[in-house]
Amino acid sequence: MAMTVHVDIVSAEGELYSGQGEMIYAPAVMGEIGVAPRHAPLVTRLKPGDVRVDPGGGKPMEHFYVSGGIIEVQPFRVTIMADTGVRAADLDEAAALEAKRRAEEALANRSSEMEIAKAQAELAEAVAQLQTIEKLRKMKK
Amino acid sequence: MAGAKEIRSKIGSIKNTQKITRAMEMVAAAKMRKAQDRMLASRPYATKMREVISHLSLAHPEHSHPFMEKREVKSVGYIIVSSDRGLCGGLNNNLFRALVKEVKDLQESGKEIKYCLVGNKAVAFFSRVGGDVLAQATHLGDVPRVEDLIGTVKVMLDAYLDGSVDEVRIAYNRFVNTMTQDPTVERLVPLPEPDEEEGEKLRHHWDYIYEPDAMEVLEDLMSRYIESLVYQAVVENGACEQSARMVAMKAASDNAGNLIDELELVYNKARQAAITQEISEIVSGAAAV
Repeated sequence: MAMTVHVDIVSAEGELYSGQGEMIYAPAVMGEIGVAPRHAPLVTRLKPGDVRVDPGGGKPMEHFYVSGGIIEVQPFRVTIMADTGVRAADLDEAAALEAKRRAEEALANRSSEMEIAKAQAELAEAVAQLQTIEKLRKMKK
Repeated sequence: MAGAKEIRSKIGSIKNTQKITRAMEMVAAAKMRKAQDRMLASRPYATKMREVISHLSLAHPEHSHPFMEKREVKSVGYIIVSSDRGLCGGLNNNLFRALVKEVKDLQESGKEIKYCLVGNKAVAFFSRVGGDVLAQATHLGDVPRVEDLIGTVKVMLDAYLDGSVDEVRIAYNRFVNTMTQDPTVERLVPLPEPDEEEGEKLRHHWDYIYEPDAMEVLEDLMSRYIESLVYQAVVENGACEQSARMVAMKAASDNAGNLIDELELVYNKARQAAITQEISEIVSGAAAV
C-alpha cells in the first residue's frame, strides 16, 4: 500500500474535498508544485489554476479549480484554502471565455492604473479556468 | 355588563399582538435558513484556517510576525459581535453578561480594556455602561460583507501593532443548533495555540519553507486569518440572531394564545353571570305581579 497524506480543500463557500491523496499538485506563485506524503512543512500562496489530487489505488484523479489561496503542507496533512474554488468538472467554459473576452476588452481600452491591474487579474483567472477545462478534456480522451 | 366589554377589547388587542409575533416568527424562520446556510458554508474554511494558524504558532520562523509574538498583557481589546435588532430573546444579553464578568476580572487585575463594536445592540449597551470604544460598525444587514467589517477590525489590529493593546479577543454567539446559542470569547491575536494532541506532534524545533518569502506569506496569511475569523463570527452571530428570534417569537405567540384562552374563559363566565341575573330578575318580576 502506497503512502498517502490527508488532504483538505476548502474554499470560502464550502468544503470541496477531504480525503487521502498519494500526490497533490497545486499552482503555487513560484510555479506548480507537487506534494508527496511526508513533504517538509511548507506554506505558500496559490495563483489561479488547477489543483489535482491523486487519491491512489487506481482511482481517477480529482480536479479542482482555485482562484488563488494558500496551501499549507505538513508531513501528515495538506490543507488548501482557496479564495473561491470549484470542482473542475463544474467549470463553465462559456462563462470563462466570456470573462476572458471582457477582461481583454477592459485591457484594450486601458484607463486608470487600478482598472488595468484588476483586468489583468481577471484575465489571469479566466485563462487559468480555460486551461483547467482543457486539461480535464485531454484526460478524458 | 361593563366588564364583558372591556374583556372583549383586551382579547382583541392580544389577538393583534399575536398576529404580529406570528408574522415575525415566520420571517425569522425564513431568514434563519439562509443565515444557517451561509454560516455552514464558510465554517470549514474558518476551521481549517484556525488549524493552520495554530500550527504556525508552533513554528520557529526566521521572520517573526508581530501577531506571533507574545507580550506581557497590560490591556486587552475586545471585538464584540452583536445583532443590529432586538426582539431576539436573551441572545445579546447573555453575551454581554459573559463578557462583563470576564472584563471585571481583568479590570480587577489592573488591565485596561478597549472595545470595537459590531452591531447596534453592542453600541447601545456600551453607550449605557461606558467603556473605551475604538470603533464600531452597525447596519450590516442580513448578508454581512467582509468589506464592511474590515475597517473596524483594522482599528483594533492597528492598536495591537502600535502596542496600545497587547491582546485581541473576539466575542460572539456561536451557533450550536436552533435552540442553543453559545456565547463565546476567543483570542484572535497573539495566535492561539493548538490543542494538546495536535501540538504534541509539532513540539520539536521546525519551520516552514516559505515561498516566495516568509514576510510576504505571513502577511498574506494573517490578513486572511483575521478576515475569515471575524467574518465567521459575524455570520454565526447572524444565524444565532434569527434562530433566537424565531424561538422568542414562537414563545410570544404561544403565550398570547394562552392569555386569550384564559380571558375567553373569564369573558364567558361574565356573560353567563349576566344572563343568569337577567333571567332571575325577570322571574322575580313576574312573580311579584
